[in-house]
Amino acid sequence: MAKVFEKPKALTGKPNHYCPGCTHGIVHRLVAEAIDDLGIRENTVGVAPVGCAVLAYEYFNVDMHEAAHGRAPAVATGIKRVLPDNVVFTYQGDGDLASIGTAEIVHAANRGEKLTTIFINNAIYGMTGGQMAPTSLLGQVTATSPYGRSAETEGHPIRMSEMLATIEGTAYVERVSLHDIKNILKAKKAIKKAFEVQIAGKGFAMVEILSTCPTNWGMAPAEALKWVKDNMIPYYPLGVKKEVV
Amino acid sequence: MAKVLMKGNEAIAEAAIQAGCRYFFGYPITPQNEIPAYMAKMLPKVGGSFIQAESEVSAINMVYGAAGAGGRVMTSSSSPGISLKQEGISYIAGAELPCLIVNIVRGGPGLGGIQPAQSDYFQAVKGGGHGDYRVVVLAPAGIQEMADLVIDAFDIADRYRNPVMIMGDGMLGQMMEPVEFAKKEVTISEKPWATIGNKEGKPRNIINSLFLDTQDMENHVLKLFEKYKEIEKNEVRVECYNCEDAEIIIAAYGTTARIAKNVIQKAGAQGIKVGLIRPITLWPFPTDVFKKWAEADHVKSFLTVEMSMGQMIEDVRLSIKDTKPVHFYGRTGGMVPLPGDLLKEIIKIRGEK
Ligand SMILES: Cc1ncc(C[n+]2csc(CCOP(=O)(O)OP(=O)(O)O)c2C)c(N)n1
Ligand code: SF4
Repeated sequence: MAKVFEKPKALTGKPNHYCPGCTHGIVHRLVAEAIDDLGIRENTVGVAPVGCAVLAYEYFNVDMHEAAHGRAPAVATGIKRVLPDNVVFTYQGDGDLASIGTAEIVHAANRGEKLTTIFINNAIYGMTGGQMAPTSLLGQVTATSPYGRSAETEGHPIRMSEMLATIEGTAYVERVSLHDIKNILKAKKAIKKAFEVQIAGKGFAMVEILSTCPTNWGMAPAEALKWVKDNMIPYYPLGVKKEVV
Repeated sequence: MAKVLMKGNEAIAEAAIQAGCRYFFGYPITPQNEIPAYMAKMLPKVGGSFIQAESEVSAINMVYGAAGAGGRVMTSSSSPGISLKQEGISYIAGAELPCLIVNIVRGGPGLGGIQPAQSDYFQAVKGGGHGDYRVVVLAPAGIQEMADLVIDAFDIADRYRNPVMIMGDGMLGQMMEPVEFAKKEVTISEKPWATIGNKEGKPRNIINSLFLDTQDMENHVLKLFEKYKEIEKNEVRVECYNCEDAEIIIAAYGTTARIAKNVIQKAGAQGIKVGLIRPITLWPFPTDVFKKWAEADHVKSFLTVEMSMGQMIEDVRLSIKDTKPVHFYGRTGGMVPLPGDLLKEIIKIRGEK
């Protein structure tokens, strides 16, 4: 029981700046636990995004590289080419990965770069104050879709996992959620798997994590988790989208 | 090693490999395509890695990652591609990482043309990307110098943990000249700051250019500028040709400096004494050398010659504080100044005084 509260070695222990109830903190812990479980802390290099997780380099107790907005997969590619025996991961939000960085993620996957990507889909731009993301749901009110996202003018929300699953170089992609304990445990397994796939040299691996942004959704943390379950999961079905065995 | 006949672009690539560069990330664009092609062929043979990236934006961000991991890394492109690389160059300068960027300049703005130009001078020496930073800019005027400068560029980049740019143009990239590679022992300095994995008991390495606290941000920039001051003190390179008794001094770099040398001889034959100051480092600019010659009584005026509408001329005027007239002659858009036209310009300036 005590183990649950132990700080993973792959976290620095520095108190994070995330809002109360924000799932970024949970994901940090799950990633760190996977790194600890696999015994790869001293061999791992992480790439932080631009987004609310921009300070991830202060929280993950591994060597870290802070990338430009959306460019984490390109930065990670450069690192991995120099250090093919290291484990390299990117941690990216939906603005970072599914908007400004679409070229970088698609082509990193297409080259089959042996990288692990942790993709936080919270259906909004958290850091800049709640603008529409490519993953925002139809009808979702944001700072830049004040009348609700309309398919007519903003298009439909983009399903990155399904899209990346069509790519030959992708070895593993799974979508998970954090709305209850059972799903958090599934997310933990998926994250560990995404590192194992890289270590086995199979190709590109990504876990998309349906997350919350209670602050910019204007909801209490529990309400936000319910919103993930009731609104996000029906559009973003959970499960393994591709796995090369 | 014997001399070999090589295109400028190939000489750049071969010199880079000899300098120990093992990582190249680029995207095709004329007139520099021989560089990535050479690297794609040779790097796998020496245990290196070549990627044709999905864009110049990605290419420079791969450079950013590889440099952070301690690799000796470069990219090359031409003007429109270099514009896309400015994001990454700013991050690399901000995070203080070494790398080489080659710009084989073509005419612009916009898609422009594919013929030689020098119209990216402002972009190269005045920043280009966002923020308070500097890039060391080297401007070779021949193939041998191109090869030599590539090797020096990696060392300068490592010494100061700063991006270094080589500015050529389509003429220098495509023309062939004999070149000799001095088989130097390469010693690449240790990079204790590189992100290679945090071994127990060692400090954690972080590559970063984010400083949310304004005082931290200012301190970081002040530290960068301390470094730039050192670079200005130690790394200025310039060639002075025929300046001792010149009445007119031409300021030109790269291809236009070659043309100027040719014209200086023609002018000499007509009894007009013309000299040349050829900046080899465009930044740091050889300000003191210009100042020195501006103080000489025999020097009546300066003539800046560029393949642009006049960009370096601003640094020439700033250097001599307009104590002497600074004329300009340039062709742009891919047009190369003709020696005969330049000579006419010199004769005209002489008549004006
Ligand atoms: C080139 C560039 N454009 C825009 C920004 C501003 N910006 C910072 S974070 C961000 C969006 C982040 O949203 P997301 O990736 O979804 O992450 P979250 O904050 O939701 O975790 C934007 C647009 C930037 N830093 N750089
Ligand atoms: S703004 Fe949203 S995503 Fe960012 S820390 Fe707060 S809750 Fe999390």
